Amino acid sequence: MCTDCGCAPPQPEHDHKHDHASRKIRVEENLLAKNQRLAMANRASFAAHQLFVLNLVSSPGSGKTSILERTLTDLKGKISFTVLEGDQQTDNDAERIAATGAPVKQVNTGAGCHLDAHMVGHGVEGLDLAAADILMIENVGNLVCPASFDLGEDHKVAVLSVTEGEDKPLKYPQMFQAADLMLINKIDLLPYLRFDIEGCKAFARQVNPQIKIIELSCHSGDGMTEWYDWLKAGVAGKRRLVSSL
Amino acid sequence: MHELSLTQNLIEIAEEHARRENATVITSVTMEIGALSGVMPEAVEFAFEACTKNTLAEGASLEIRHIPALGRCQKCGQECEMESLLDGCSACGSYALDILKGQEMALIELEID
Ligand SMILES: Nc1nc2c(ncn2[C@@H]2O[C@H](COP(=O)(O)OP(=O)(O)OP(=O)(O)O)[C@@H](O)[C@H]2O)c(=O)[nH]1
Ligand SMILES: [Zn+2]
Ligand SMILES: [Zn+2]
Ligand SMILES: [Zn+2]
Repeated sequence: MCTDCGCAPPQPEHDHKHDHASRKIRVEENLLAKNQRLAMANRASFAAHQLFVLNLVSSPGSGKTSILERTLTDLKGKISFTVLEGDQQTDNDAERIAATGAPVKQVNTGAGCHLDAHMVGHGVEGLDLAAADILMIENVGNLVCPASFDLGEDHKVAVLSVTEGEDKPLKYPQMFQAADLMLINKIDLLPYLRFDIEGCKAFARQVNPQIKIIELSCHSGDGMTEWYDWLKAGVAGKRRLVSSL
Repeated sequence: MHELSLTQNLIEIAEEHARRENATVITSVTMEIGALSGVMPEAVEFAFEACTKNTLAEGASLEIRHIPALGRCQKCGQECEMESLLDGCSACGSYALDILKGQEMALIELEID
């Protein structure tokens, strides 16, 4: 998949010497240009497989893996999933996903605090993309860095749980601006908390007036149907889009 | 801390261009950071010194140009300065602003030898 990712061994250096005067050169290159190139390559390969691709982002522990576990289980036989799990260390999340029967690959970023398009391009190499309707990419739990890195996904989905405080969209505006969907998770806990859910939604819309919002709980199951309908519409839209090309 | 990986990208791009010109050393690096880019200039400055060790840019000076942000209101068409992604239109108060400027993070110019 990666044709110009720089994995190839470096070219040998020139060893001839020239006389150079000190000079200025214009570069004007975006720091993320390479990531954007690789993301476009991923996107093209995903499109060729009519794959609907989501990049799940959140703070640590908001419930990304729990949402995936329940979604993969509830939609078994209806939508086929393949999953890429990004974490700094451990393959605990991948094991939880594997237990649902879905194909999954773990990508460990080590010290890296986000997935980038290069890791994803290599990460999906072992997965059968042609057999899947949806590729779910669970990003590293972090509301800052993953906002800047396009992986080739159709949508970023920001998960915010009600134990985190309603002002998260104001504190991490970049992320909520980059996301097309916000899932407000753990609403089963609302009776025990002072979480202003309407305020939270207003903050998210202040940063991103177009953002779609679904409230749910993967423990009680409330709101999951709306999320599943959104997924089904996404898969159908992708097929229509690709077949009309 | 994605300023660290962005700074590594910065130096990678700079070295690529310098090598293409057969340069042996990079003496100065000029970059642009937009007010809405989510990048903290101080963090880039901090990372720059550490990341340039053993590269063509070791010892190079770093100039950061700050690009103020500009938005255009989708409702009334007003163009307004923005300090953050939370700002609304200065004329009508709507939050639906298209960002025209201020998201850049780019390597602009190098001085090489
Ligand atoms: N009450 C309640 N707890 C939940 C819900 N969803 C997840 N949790 C709990 O929240 C904790 C974290 O859930 P995970 O699914 O591991 O969260 P994550 O976002 O995948 O975490 P990282 O991958 O570490 O960032 C677990 O103890 C879950 O049982 C929910 O809807 N309601
Ligand atoms: Zn590669
Ligand atoms: Zn997880
Ligand atoms: Zn206006």
